[in-house]
Amino acid sequence: MATATQALQNYEQTFSQFEKSTAGRELAWLQNLRRGGFERFAATGFPTMRDEDWRFTNPNAISQTAFRLVRNGHSLPSRDRLAPFQIEGVSCQLVFVDGRFAPGLSSTEKLARGVSVGNLASEIAKNPGAIEKHLGRYLNLERDAFGALNTAFIEDGGYIHVAKGVIAEEPISLLYVATSQDFPAVSHPRNLVIAEENSQVTVIEDYVSLGGGQALCNTVTELVAGDHSVVSHYMIEREHTKSFNVSTLRIQQGRAADVASHSVLVGGALVRNNVHPVLAGEGGECLINGLFIGNNRQHLDNYMLVEHTSPHCGSRQFYNGILAGHAHGVFHGRIVVHKDAQKTDAKQTNRNLLLSDTAQIDTKPQLEIYADDVKCTHGATIGQIEESALFYLRSRGIDEVSARRLLLVAFASECLDRMKPGPARTHVEKLVQEHALVIASPAGNGDRS
Amino acid sequence: MSLLEIKNLRARVDDREILKGVNLTLNAGEVHSIMGPNGSGKSTLAQVLARRESYEITGGEVLFNGRDLLAMKPEEAACEGLFLAFQYPVEIPGISNAYFLRSALNAIRKYRGLDEMDAMDFLPKLREKLKLLDMDDKLLNRSVNEAFSGGEKKRNEILQMAVLEPKLAILDETDSGLDIDALRIVANGVNAMRSPERAILVVTHYQRLLNYIVPDRVHVLVDGRIVRSGGPELALELENKGYGEMDGAARGASPA
Ligand SMILES: Nc1ncnc2c1ncn2[C@@H]1O[C@H](COP(=O)(O)OP(=O)(O)OP(=O)(O)O)[C@@H](O)[C@H]1O
Ligand SMILES: [Mg+2]
Repeated sequence: MATATQALQNYEQTFSQFEKSTAGRELAWLQNLRRGGFERFAATGFPTMRDEDWRFTNPNAISQTAFRLVRNGHSLPSRDRLAPFQIEGVSCQLVFVDGRFAPGLSSTEKLARGVSVGNLASEIAKNPGAIEKHLGRYLNLERDAFGALNTAFIEDGGYIHVAKGVIAEEPISLLYVATSQDFPAVSHPRNLVIAEENSQVTVIEDYVSLGGGQALCNTVTELVAGDHSVVSHYMIEREHTKSFNVSTLRIQQGRAADVASHSVLVGGALVRNNVHPVLAGEGGECLINGLFIGNNRQHLDNYMLVEHTSPHCGSRQFYNGILAGHAHGVFHGRIVVHKDAQKTDAKQTNRNLLLSDTAQIDTKPQLEIYADDVKCTHGATIGQIEESALFYLRSRGIDEVSARRLLLVAFASECLDRMKPGPARTHVEKLVQEHALVIASPAGNGDRS
Repeated sequence: MSLLEIKNLRARVDDREILKGVNLTLNAGEVHSIMGPNGSGKSTLAQVLARRESYEITGGEVLFNGRDLLAMKPEEAACEGLFLAFQYPVEIPGISNAYFLRSALNAIRKYRGLDEMDAMDFLPKLREKLKLLDMDDKLLNRSVNEAFSGGEKKRNEILQMAVLEPKLAILDETDSGLDIDALRIVANGVNAMRSPERAILVVTHYQRLLNYIVPDRVHVLVDGRIVRSGGPELALELENKGYGEMDGAARGASPA
């Protein structure tokens, strides 16, 4: 553990080295973007629990650890070791190891025409003008130290572009692998997804780890959903339970764009998932769907900021949490309806199952409404597995663990049912089955850490 | 050997004794009925037999097929061939009725060393039983009992019984909430299950059901004890006279 000041000095040093050696340092706009990010971060430092946005999550374990970037010379895992993380039915999978693109482990053969998928670093080298138009334009650094830090260290990540009118049938998968280092390792993946007008695409961000090393993954994804586009985004956190994962999905929605964000948090020690859509064009629809399953001492924090800036848009937040052992979940859903966003229809629901006396959920709706003709609703529930349902299943011959698992999956299926049938949903369903089984088992619903 | 032998069974919940020494013997091939006033312990007896753990056993013994039923978990009792049609069937959102039924059947088949049935083999079997109970196919894809009408729930219990083919079926007020047509259909479903290997215990308040499912024996449960047993004519007598006298009998009976 380092003190906060030491940690900041450590980041300053790292940044000045990074600035001098990173790709694209000859581009003034990019250097300015990075520097702006770092200055913002240096000015505010890491958040503390005194910040309204961090009331329920203590970021000290992150701010007081001297994380370092994984630079040159580390070896890549073999294809075999990544085999368990393949998702069946995707059109391509880009692999990032400790934040860096690994072309040898990636595959992009099956892409349709009009769909380009690559890594941000090469895209900046090839076509800086196109990237400059979007990169960093949507993320608001004011209240977001982690976003600022990510911006300071922009180097690589996924780049997806779907041309006007093009339908990408199969999902595009981005796999982030944290390998085990002999020091606390940090990576700052930065993704840019652009779905042009009237296009359709599904993107999966999948976070995994190899080995048990301590790591922080601090991601930012800027997703631009053009007019009339249909976009699904999946965030799947399944790292090992010593990992820190902070991510921000910033969605910019055009006119009548239809976006679904699905967050599935089943791994990680301390996870903070920010989803920030701005419904900037009339008639946009945004579904913010989430499922978090925590056990032992996992801390899973879901933070939403849903901004309505145009009239006639709808947003629906649905989050279900299953918490066992000493797990702690957070649902913090902030909805801001700006002055011009008349006829907004915003809905927010958070349902939770607490499976032990020591599991905990903090749920906080926060509505800020500046328009007068809007409909906003919110609700939250907390419950346990119902004894009567459990007995009913068991009385039909289903053993206790299977019965519990069935009931957990049934609860999770409220979220699964909101995902379009396809490879991404099938993948998530499998993960949910696995984790439900662990939690349903006698040893699973305890505290093994 | 009798299929079910209940000897001086006592049970309580929250320090309150509800079953105060129940004795009952059921042989394979027989149908018995238990009647009794509200709150006398009929459902408690049914749930204790199905091994609900919230009831504490404070005395007695139950042999099911010669084995110690009280040592079994609910799923073991079910796999051994015991079935309870609930007085209040439980709604389970998020699990389809068809999937639930197949999971239950496969759990029991697995216990008995049989191969699991896949959906392809299972569906025709299920459809056939559905027809027997005049139930809508659509109920299969809906969540278990969720937003089912009272009558649909009761029929769904009998559907489960028909699929799982138990050795002992306990029907807890399956007739309540059924109109006369539904009652006939359910009774037919139950009668179709009658066989020399199977026993049925029918808990009811009304003689009406017993016109269709004619019991070999009728028992009267009052205040946690069986105070009288007799042939089918006893049900009629109760319908006419009520439980008044029986109550007295229960109070008069000395604690065992
Ligand atoms: N889980 C429980 N917790 C507390 N009290 C209970 C519980 N189960 C049963 N009882 C009580 O035990 C008594 C017997 O209940 P039971 O449901 O067995 O009666 P019953 O004969 O089935 O009545 P009915 O004809 O109304 O269905 C009642 O007073 C009831 O309130
Ligand atoms: Mg009852």
